Amino acid sequence: MNNSSAILQLQQVRKSYPGAVSTEVLHGIDIRINHGEFVALVGPSGSGKSTLLNILGLLDRPSSGTVEILGKDCTGLDDAGLTRLRGSSIGFVFQFHHLLPSFTAEENVFLPMLADTGHFKPEMRTRARGLLARIGLEGFETRPVSRLSGGQQQRVAIARALVMNPPLVLADEPTGNLDRASGQQTFEFMRRFNRELGTAFLLVTHDPGLAQRCDRILTLEDGCLINENKSSEADLKGALTAMR
Amino acid sequence: MRFELHMALRFLKEGRMQTALILAGISTGVGVIIFISALIGGLQESIIDRTLGTQAHVVLRPPDDEARPQLDRQREDVLEHIQRPAQRLRSILNWPRLLTELRRRPGVTAASPTVAGSAFALRGTANRSVALRGVDPESYSGILDLRTRLTEGTFDLTGTHIVVGVELAKELGLSVGDTLRLTAPEDRSEVFTISGLFDVGNKDLNLRWVFVSLREGQTLMNLSGGVSTVEVKVRDIFSAEKEAQEIHAATGLKADSWMTLNSELLTGLRGQSSSSVMIQFFVIVAVMLGIASVLVVSVIQKGRQIGILRAFGTRREQVLRIFLLQGGLLGVVGSLGGIMLGTFLALFFQSMVSNQDGTPLFPVALTAALYARSVLVALITGLVGAWLPARRAANMDPAVAIRYE
Repeated sequence: MNNSSAILQLQQVRKSYPGAVSTEVLHGIDIRINHGEFVALVGPSGSGKSTLLNILGLLDRPSSGTVEILGKDCTGLDDAGLTRLRGSSIGFVFQFHHLLPSFTAEENVFLPMLADTGHFKPEMRTRARGLLARIGLEGFETRPVSRLSGGQQQRVAIARALVMNPPLVLADEPTGNLDRASGQQTFEFMRRFNRELGTAFLLVTHDPGLAQRCDRILTLEDGCLINENKSSEADLKGALTAMR
Repeated sequence: MRFELHMALRFLKEGRMQTALILAGISTGVGVIIFISALIGGLQESIIDRTLGTQAHVVLRPPDDEARPQLDRQREDVLEHIQRPAQRLRSILNWPRLLTELRRRPGVTAASPTVAGSAFALRGTANRSVALRGVDPESYSGILDLRTRLTEGTFDLTGTHIVVGVELAKELGLSVGDTLRLTAPEDRSEVFTISGLFDVGNKDLNLRWVFVSLREGQTLMNLSGGVSTVEVKVRDIFSAEKEAQEIHAATGLKADSWMTLNSELLTGLRGQSSSSVMIQFFVIVAVMLGIASVLVVSVIQKGRQIGILRAFGTRREQVLRIFLLQGGLLGVVGSLGGIMLGTFLALFFQSMVSNQDGTPLFPVALTAALYARSVLVALITGLVGAWLPARRAANMDPAVAIRYE
């Protein structure tokens, strides 16, 4: 695969937190995610997944190394530049959905567009409603998200992540707080959008079954990427159990 | 609707109870400001109107006569004692040109020539000492509009017509159409016909003031073609002293403003204004702290939501504006409530006690300017109160804020 098809590329990314003794939590990470890929990131708690995800999502800066989004080096960008790039290129799905509770489903979905343009346009509502319909939430558009089930809320979060049509969505344990059926359904929706829209997904998960269904699995341990291969579910389960 | 406004309104709606309480606080604060301003403003207007309603704001007179001793100042054995000369009634030189120049000044609304001096009013065997005022009726109406103060007759000063106060008329048994002899110094005397009686609301002035035409005044005071004073009204009464000093500097004339002639009144007015400003200042500080505390709590409560907004591309300055807008909205909406409350309180207070003539004992000055100033002050207070919480929200690290519990 050539460089031009890479959405996101990390080269020798390190992250340290200052203190009496500086603590390095990421030790020279190299990651490349291509257009249309569906990648799982697995690793035990404390392995540095959250830190890595923050750097991938331009919410944090590496101590050293480079982060490129769509071939553009983000290392030197200021906060406004990072925010702009984050808004247009990356969607987020969090474990606890992190929707704005008093807002309706469609408001939550079109808020990123509203923040981007600054003004409301009727097309925003149309697009939000279209995404909600595709994700099985037709009829729930004007309902406050606090009155939706956990699975429905997570689907609203997926619609919000996709509303700006980003080439990459970072999903931080999106099924971790759902029952098995809802988790499966949420995963299926992400997979479907990945195929239909060509949106790349990086999915942090503790579920070996879901990781196994991804195109590629990245395994993080103690701040190092130790495995970038497709493993069997049994191997993966064993690895995750051993790492706990 | 703009994104920031949309978010600000939603955040305020989310914290309904907090929003309602702080709005009640702002409304009370602004209501107090309006009530106090209206009351003190009304009282000041009333005092100023009663005191200055019959006065010029600036009175111009010729400079004093100065003695010019013929002494050899080099000699040390001569004791120097210069006796101040008695001031005789003199005319302002070239007063028509002075009038033209005064009327060109932007701060001056009216200027009128007068001849002022003492005289005796005689009626049969009775006589009274009076203050003779020879005026030009047209221009003098800009200083004191006697037409609106007449109780009887007309303000006619043509020929030997005269207008006197109601108290003098009572003392001398005069009514409109009667005659009255005025005797000025140096035995200059003339018989006048009463054309009108006035009441300026001041018993002493009603007894002492006698208005004749400028020409008759000049004749009686032996000031042929001259005027002893030029009276001036200014646009802003509190700039009268400044105007007086400027006129003095430009003309060399003695220029006394009402502020120097009524310095105690001025001190009283300034004391009232200062106490009003102090009360308003502390109310504003209290309102500002209220807004700030509510928004600080809001920023803490909405930490995660702010993080989410930042994650999907909301810029720092947008977050800043969301919270500044909340402060501004609270200020403006609160001030509208305050206007209603303050107006109600002021009108209620005004209606409680009246003078004998039916006018309110505590007049209130509720003006559009007061309302506009209150809204503006509340808006600025809201923005200032929101500034620190807004900066705190804008500077939140989104990665930390998202994990905020």
